Amino acid sequence: MKILVCITNVPDTSAKISFTDNNTKLNKAGVQYMIGPYDDYALARAVELKEKSGGSITVLNVGEADSDPQIRKALAIGADDAIRVNCDPQDSYFTAAQIAAVAKDGNYDLILMGRESIDFNSGVVHGLVGEMLGIPSFSPVMKLDIEGNTAKFAREIEGGKEYLEAPLPLVLGCQEPIAEWKIPNMRGIMTARTKPLKVVEPVDVNNLASLTAYSLPAPKGACKMIPADQAETLITLLKTEAKVL
Amino acid sequence: MSVLIFVELDNGSIKKTSLEAVAYGAAVAQTQGTSATVLAIGNADSSELAKAGAYGANKVLHANDAALSNENAMAYASVLAAAIQQEGSKIVILPKSGLSDAMGARVAAKLGASIVSGVTELPDLSNGFQVKRSIYTGKAFATVEVKGDIKILGIKKNAIEAQEGSGTATIESFSPSLPEGDFTAKVINQEKASGELSLTEADIIVSGGRGMKGPEHWQPLLDLAEALGAATGCSKPVSDLDWRPHHEHIGQTGIKVAPNLYIACGISGAIQHLAGVNSSKVIVAINKDPEAPFFKAADYGIVGDVFDVLPRLTKAVKESK
Ligand SMILES: Cc1cc2nc3c(=O)[nH]c(=O)nc-3n(C[C@H](O)[C@H](O)[C@H](O)COP(=O)(O)OP(=O)(O)OC[C@H]3O[C@@H](n4cnc5c(N)ncnc54)[C@H](O)[C@@H]3O)c2cc1C
Ligand SMILES: Nc1ncnc2c1ncn2[C@@H]1O[C@H](COP(=O)(O)O)[C@@H](O)[C@H]1O
Repeated sequence: MKILVCITNVPDTSAKISFTDNNTKLNKAGVQYMIGPYDDYALARAVELKEKSGGSITVLNVGEADSDPQIRKALAIGADDAIRVNCDPQDSYFTAAQIAAVAKDGNYDLILMGRESIDFNSGVVHGLVGEMLGIPSFSPVMKLDIEGNTAKFAREIEGGKEYLEAPLPLVLGCQEPIAEWKIPNMRGIMTARTKPLKVVEPVDVNNLASLTAYSLPAPKGACKMIPADQAETLITLLKTEAKVL
Repeated sequence: MSVLIFVELDNGSIKKTSLEAVAYGAAVAQTQGTSATVLAIGNADSSELAKAGAYGANKVLHANDAALSNENAMAYASVLAAAIQQEGSKIVILPKSGLSDAMGARVAAKLGASIVSGVTELPDLSNGFQVKRSIYTGKAFATVEVKGDIKILGIKKNAIEAQEGSGTATIESFSPSLPEGDFTAKVINQEKASGELSLTEADIIVSGGRGMKGPEHWQPLLDLAEALGAATGCSKPVSDLDWRPHHEHIGQTGIKVAPNLYIACGISGAIQHLAGVNSSKVIVAINKDPEAPFFKAADYGIVGDVFDVLPRLTKAVKESK
């Protein structure tokens, strides 16, 4: 089985976000980067599926050279090779078209993604790629097994779960508890250095949306502290002052 | 040219976030000098669908094919694409949700449309077509110029103040042909908690963290939620430990919520948890540690023991009714 795992290179979940250049660029100073946490779940499940039934895992990132450390980490966790489409993606449609172009060449049985990227939080790239390839897409998937040519999986629906079966190939957006995040071991880190990372130029697609400026939310006012022995006054304040009850 | 709005149904009722989408779409239609058409998929009475008129829709297309009884995003996308074609729509509004994101994405790829998800305000038309959207899980916003001929916007809860008016909408049944390829997946089973308030729709959420000590101690939290008519949520460790079901998990890697009131009980306020709640209007933190980071993100704070404070709040709510 050939699996493609699409990963994003995103600021660590604990990073403070700020902007430079007149609010047109992310301020990268002091920001640690990571594989998108949902993408990391997808990768972890891919590694488990490969351990069970063999096959190969390719990781794919649409991004610039600063993604390479995250791509190497994915190789250390267990992917066999990697492709980076060299560009700065700003638009979901553009990104999806790049992924679809790579996927068409590779004939993958399974394309695993995260439920959403944590920079754009769009939750749309899997659907776009699925439609571009003419194959089904599902998200968020929280359980996945492959039997022969059939995927047996569960996706989260509002207030619960839905269990499904579908023939491969498929595009799936993953979330916990599909697998536990994996930490690369020493052997993985050593072998990752020599695994192939192919850098390709993007295919020609129009940006259908482009970022013009960033902004930050208005700062929060001070927290009004209520002494524990007067906890009941909270309810009055929520009614009369905050007007939310 | 009509602005097309997709609404989600929950047991035959239009969801509240979808009514906001209707109000948003109607406001955009007005600036464009065009009408607003709603697409509803699934079982619903015409009296319920007519409600869309009160939020500004002129017409409702109702697709109610039995094949659409499961929320199948691919089939829904085929219906939406057919509706866009019939109405000649250039602007399509969806409520931000897993289902709408998935169907919007498939439609965008079908039609070569722009898709922007997480929109927080009405578009700015003074210079092209610009929208503000939430990025970095609520930590920032981006202004995006939407350039496609067809524009699909997924709007976040509270992007607009939806007000019920006295308008009416006509209802037409809509039954486009459904491609077989949309039905290759078989639904084996569904496990769904019934009668539970949905977190993404809820106006009030009471949420618990590891400070609640264990699943057997959840009753005081449930009591407060019941008294307030609130939905219940939890932090990630709480669902990881199986104290509460996974679909209650709120935060960076869980559900993002935007209620009017979020009450955090025994949750420390880690940045990954806050990422899921920072769109709430008013936040209350109850924590025995005065240094808990949640107090920096909260509007009201009580330093105290949840097992003392929660029952007293419940009593106060009941007495104030
Ligand atoms: C990549 C990544 C993604 C993550 N995603 C999420 C996410 O989506 N959602 C999420 O919640 N977390 C997430 N986390 C985990 C997050 O960092 C925190 O570990 C988690 O939110 C802590 O949960 P907690 O506040 O319930 O527990 P704790 O941090 O253990 O806090 C318990 C709190 O309860 C208080 N307390 C204890 N007893 C009482 C009492 N009797 N009365 C009142 N207060 C009491 C304590 O003072 C403490 O502040 C993520 C972490 C990572 C690395
Ligand atoms: N630049 C990218 N490179 C590779 N995969 C991506 C990229 N952007 C998004 N994806 C994948 O698509 C998923 C959904 O992203 P999004 O639609 O942006 O929320 C992510 O979890 C990734 O798996």
